[in-house]
Amino acid sequence: MEQLSVRDIHHVIAAARSFREISARSIKKVPTLRGKTIVNLFFEPSTRTRTSFEIAAKRMSADTFNIAASTSSATKGETLIDTARNIEAMNPDIIIIRHSCSGAPQLLARHIGASIINAGDGAHEHPSQGLLDIMTILDHKQDLAGLKIAIIGDIAHSRVAVSDILGFTKLGATVCVAGPATFIPAAVDQLGARVCGSVDEAIEDADVVMALRIQKERQNDPLIPSLREYSICYGINRRRLAKAKPDVLVMHPGPINRGVELSPDVADGPSSVILQQVNNGVAVRMALLYLVMGGEKSGDAQGDI
Amino acid sequence: MSELIILQNGRVIDPMNQTDAIADIWVEDGRIAAPQTTAPEGACRYDLAGRWVLPGLIDIHVHLREPGQEYKETIATGTMAAAAGGFTAVACMPNTRPVNDNAAVTRYILDKAADCVARVYPVGALSRDSQGLELAEYGEMKEAGVVALTDDGMPVADSQLMRRAMEYASSHGMPVISHSEELSLSRNGSMNEGAVSTRLGLRGIPTAAESIMVYREIALAELTGARVHIAHVSCEASLALIRLAKQRGVKITAETAPHYFALTDAAVDGYNTHAKMNPPLRSEADRLAIRAALADGTLDAIATDHAPHSVLEKDVEFNYAANGIVGLETSLPLALSLVHDGIITAGRMVDLMSCAPARILGVPGGRLAPGDPADITVVDPDRPFVFAAGESRSKGRNTPFDGWQFRGKAVLTIMNGRVTFNDL
Ligand SMILES: [Zn+2]
Ligand SMILES: [Zn+2]
Repeated sequence: MEQLSVRDIHHVIAAARSFREISARSIKKVPTLRGKTIVNLFFEPSTRTRTSFEIAAKRMSADTFNIAASTSSATKGETLIDTARNIEAMNPDIIIIRHSCSGAPQLLARHIGASIINAGDGAHEHPSQGLLDIMTILDHKQDLAGLKIAIIGDIAHSRVAVSDILGFTKLGATVCVAGPATFIPAAVDQLGARVCGSVDEAIEDADVVMALRIQKERQNDPLIPSLREYSICYGINRRRLAKAKPDVLVMHPGPINRGVELSPDVADGPSSVILQQVNNGVAVRMALLYLVMGGEKSGDAQGDI
Repeated sequence: MSELIILQNGRVIDPMNQTDAIADIWVEDGRIAAPQTTAPEGACRYDLAGRWVLPGLIDIHVHLREPGQEYKETIATGTMAAAAGGFTAVACMPNTRPVNDNAAVTRYILDKAADCVARVYPVGALSRDSQGLELAEYGEMKEAGVVALTDDGMPVADSQLMRRAMEYASSHGMPVISHSEELSLSRNGSMNEGAVSTRLGLRGIPTAAESIMVYREIALAELTGARVHIAHVSCEASLALIRLAKQRGVKITAETAPHYFALTDAAVDGYNTHAKMNPPLRSEADRLAIRAALADGTLDAIATDHAPHSVLEKDVEFNYAANGIVGLETSLPLALSLVHDGIITAGRMVDLMSCAPARILGVPGGRLAPGDPADITVVDPDRPFVFAAGESRSKGRNTPFDGWQFRGKAVLTIMNGRVTFNDL
């Protein structure tokens, strides 16, 4: 998301909108990427994102291969590069990579000729999620400029947060983040986000409320005492949401811990656009595959997104 | 009459003798000799007009990797890089395989170093196998040639062990060198904590991980009266503590490495593993504080923390990449940039890179008096120099300074009366 200009973002979303129409047809397949080989290289289990990319590729008639690699091996670094070299033998056109290490897609790009799509790297970025979030908001709002978007939860360990903050602010939204201080990363204001002292402050008059998934503990690092307390102090319920604008959109990158980040009535309530996010995910990923494959000869030579 | 070398017309900068003047230096039989009115036939003369003649530079923090990791560096290649960088002596850290925690390993290192082009002063392990549990045998190691003690790279978590190490080391007249790092704060971190780590999604290491331990060492040095030396200070928070401790008369000295006054964590951008080291590159405010502390005396020495790694350890995911960079051939050019920038004087640079290092480790050197071993570094302060990592004498290519343009470098290095590097 950091590399994308405002024009690029609108370009992807325009393409995604046209591909979304395909998903609504009875025959959900176009021959756009026939004969192209796409490798899903997932070093981290993520059924949702992998499936979304896989559906996107299949709808465009590409040949897809899923490779679930392990990062637990002792020779960690060699694994990525060795795996990459082995995959290169398959002559793929696009490699979609998910990795627990930030920067892994860049490392892969230095060692391999195929185009690389980042499906999430460490706590760095998850650009396709950021794009589908923008698309979902634009389905309901004219423009992101001038909107107040609250992002609540574990900002520090979330790749979605970085991509969302960068993307939303590029398009002119004001992004307010809130959560316990253990979840707020150092100097996040320099990414363009405003840190709020409370969830209520962040939600007040918000046009969009995005809740992020909570994990209680990461790498022996105690972050919150319990999910129970988190839901009481930081969870988004109907009472808290009442402070937002009446036409607020409630979003979540999934999977939701129901009753933790969002109370069930909010998650399934009228403001929720969570299912549209999933739907738009396939369309955005189709657009990315199409554009990376030269749907238009723009962007950098590698086509890295 | 044996070999005589005459260094003519250079600017001799010798702070310990309060000398900064154009003068000749004579070298005879490996020692500095008083210049005579007439020189015998056959003397080897170097006209050093426009060059600086300094007491040999000493780098008190290098990793030579031998024994055990000769694919990264050997004592021979590391000392060649040292000579090319203007160093006549280096102190090598004990984290070899096996760890230099006993006299046999110390003797092995000194044996290998005997015909190398720089003096090698082994630093012994503070604890057995650097495991942080039991004291190593300082007496025997000192007898074999160890000059200081540290568990560099394996920070000592147990404060009681650190206390005993300081006490026991002081009984043997040696300083303890502290790699100050509170592991519970730095755990899983791979770069400085700040805006860059947030943007790159890398787990940060706060400066408090360093300063907390610096304060512990100060408290223990006060408690024990022992001499402690803080390795590779990277941040302003540590400097403030060291400054106050020195004002109280605590026997503490400290070094920084060139990368901490030359670079910030912005160098990590693009997941550049050649900008990954421990402690990590810090903020611009920290970098400026380091520069000021080199000038005001809070920092005593510049040492490289030369840490060669192979491409196997560096061309990997940032999280998994090894810490450390090579530094022997870029240390002096980077220090000269401080002189050119008016941050420090040439004399102060000599103090930071020669006099203080000798003083801290209690080894010879740091001055150019008749009778001293002839360890001399000749510097051309204005020679344009592009550092090419691929041409380094070190086996390590892991440097963020590849391709940097410098002004000034070492052009002649003499160790024990012998020319070990000549680029005049
Ligand atoms: Zn260290
Ligand atoms: Zn070191």
